[in-house]
Amino acid sequence: MSDAALNADAANAANGTAARATRHAGPGRSGLESRQRHAKARARSSFSGFAYWATIVFFFMPLVVLLVASFDKEKGGDWSGFSLVWYAKLFTESGELWRAFGNSVAIALASALTATVLGTLAAIGVTWYRFPFRGYVRTLNFLPMILPEIVIGISLLVFFAGVGLKLGLVSIYIAHATFNLPFVFLMVSARLDEFDYSVIEAARDLGASEFQTLMKVIVPMSMPGIASGFLTAVTLSLEDFVITFFVTGPGATTLPLFVYSAIRFGVSPVINALSVVMVAGTVALILPLRNYLKYIAAK
Amino acid sequence: MNGSDVTISRVGKSFGSFAALDDVSLDIKKGEFFSLLGPSGCGKTTLLRILGGFEVPDEGTVAIDGVDVVGLSADKRRTNTVFQSYALFPHLSIFENVAFPLRLRKVPSKTLTSRVKDYLSLVQLEAHADKMPAQLSGGQKQRVAIARALINEPSVLLLDEPLSALDAKLRQHMLVELDSIHDKVGITFIYVTHDQGEALSVSDRIAVMNQGRVLQVGPPHEIYEDPATDFVARFIGETNLFRGEVVRSEGLLATVAIPEVGEVLVTTDDPVPALSQVSFAVRPEKIRIAAQKPAAARKDLNVVKGHVDEPIYSGFQTKFYVRTEKGVTFKVFKQHADYSDKGPEIKWKQEVFLSWSAEDGTLVEVARP
Repeated sequence: MSDAALNADAANAANGTAARATRHAGPGRSGLESRQRHAKARARSSFSGFAYWATIVFFFMPLVVLLVASFDKEKGGDWSGFSLVWYAKLFTESGELWRAFGNSVAIALASALTATVLGTLAAIGVTWYRFPFRGYVRTLNFLPMILPEIVIGISLLVFFAGVGLKLGLVSIYIAHATFNLPFVFLMVSARLDEFDYSVIEAARDLGASEFQTLMKVIVPMSMPGIASGFLTAVTLSLEDFVITFFVTGPGATTLPLFVYSAIRFGVSPVINALSVVMVAGTVALILPLRNYLKYIAAK
Repeated sequence: MNGSDVTISRVGKSFGSFAALDDVSLDIKKGEFFSLLGPSGCGKTTLLRILGGFEVPDEGTVAIDGVDVVGLSADKRRTNTVFQSYALFPHLSIFENVAFPLRLRKVPSKTLTSRVKDYLSLVQLEAHADKMPAQLSGGQKQRVAIARALINEPSVLLLDEPLSALDAKLRQHMLVELDSIHDKVGITFIYVTHDQGEALSVSDRIAVMNQGRVLQVGPPHEIYEDPATDFVARFIGETNLFRGEVVRSEGLLATVAIPEVGEVLVTTDDPVPALSQVSFAVRPEKIRIAAQKPAAARKDLNVVKGHVDEPIYSGFQTKFYVRTEKGVTFKVFKQHADYSDKGPEIKWKQEVFLSWSAEDGTLVEVARP
């Protein structure tokens, strides 16, 4: 008997079922291989597999309905034939919608950028410097995340009225940057907490000034946290309705506000078409980034 | 590259009510491989961090080549540190990690590339230049950290337990490598460790520390053979240590009465008067163990009778725990210098005679009357 065969036998002895399977499968197959085949067979018929597919259907059914409805020729529940008429309307006759969309994107990018810069610096400061009430700063930071949006909306409105700021795109931008900041702070802090502090000391030891340490070591090492903070901030800003509703002024309409006002006069299928375009856009963004997102999630 | 003298004088440092360092003074010579050895919490790492510029002492001065450096931040000192956790930059390749100090100083790229290659080859990592730190083993990471710390051409290299995260075999290998790197670059190495074996094998001199104080400074053989205090005797290697009183003194030969052992002869460096309270130590490998009573040819031979409590065989030697008639246990190492396949000559529970000459023992702490 060769050494390999001896080893295979030892493996078989360790797993009786697998050993029998191996004998049936004939010589040459290792116990490990047959065990893997068993595992696959089990997964296919398991309850968790069923739950998985049920969840997928539950999540994506509404999107499928939306997709189908956007291609429906007529407004209404029943299918009356395929048509691109709503898409044509969306791209040619919906100037107001696109203005609102433009406002949303501009506010999302600007407020996310502001929140990312401020939140990152705040996280670095709170993590690495010792000062009085440091613990309270961390805790207070969670407040805007827990407070009902309506409270934040009212408080911002009162504040803007108090300082005499004219309500409009600028007030929306400030409001969004404000409620985004804690999320960036949280994500960057989580990343920083995993750091080995001696890396910072090593940078200083090797000749880096405090600022060089920040730019060449701390920021690059926190990048996954900073990037996920930025993406979260963009998303939160794009979809925010409640707070925006409070701090908006005449003429300053974001997409959620526009959709809401449009829906009050009945759901226009143009909104369906817009939704499909946005879903397609998101998917197109996420697919190339999915390895990076997995990397962020793993961190 | 040239090393620097490091002078530490009367340095004290407290964290709250805990005195990490208490009146520490040391003179470290140019190019020396100097170890700070002690148990965890003895202050050795705090002292190293003060040298590196990561802590400021409460009292005292630290001078490198005669210039006081207290108050200079880490980036302004000619010291570099190899951290216990390696502290490599995880977002940079091995090449960029080592190049980091040069990039900060805006060294032209041609010089930079050749310098980085030189230092990577010093630590035998040329082949791994493009890898990321996460792809390296512990020993390789440690070597990157050493190359990175050396590329700035510091005059003092500070090593904070650099081998403690490695397994025993690799540690031995890295120790030899560290020693040869020290020979090549010729700068001052200050090495912090709690492992007496590491310190004994590579250091030119060792400072043994405990509870924030320096107990003894000297070359390895001196620390081992002539420990200054009971703590040093127990901490470095293994020993048999007893308290006793000098009952007779003839020149440099003293007779010590030890309650648990009896009267023991020991030679001393200076005459020790009778009635001195002393602690007596004899290393386990200096004691001979035999089944027969040694012939009483020599007057200065100490002989103790006992029974083998526990023989521990480890190939190159056997470690015996021998219980004497008065109930104390001696540790004895017997080297297996000759080939033997007959099994142990001395077995469990057997009656044995331990013997050592007056010169093999030493008086550690002496309180004269």
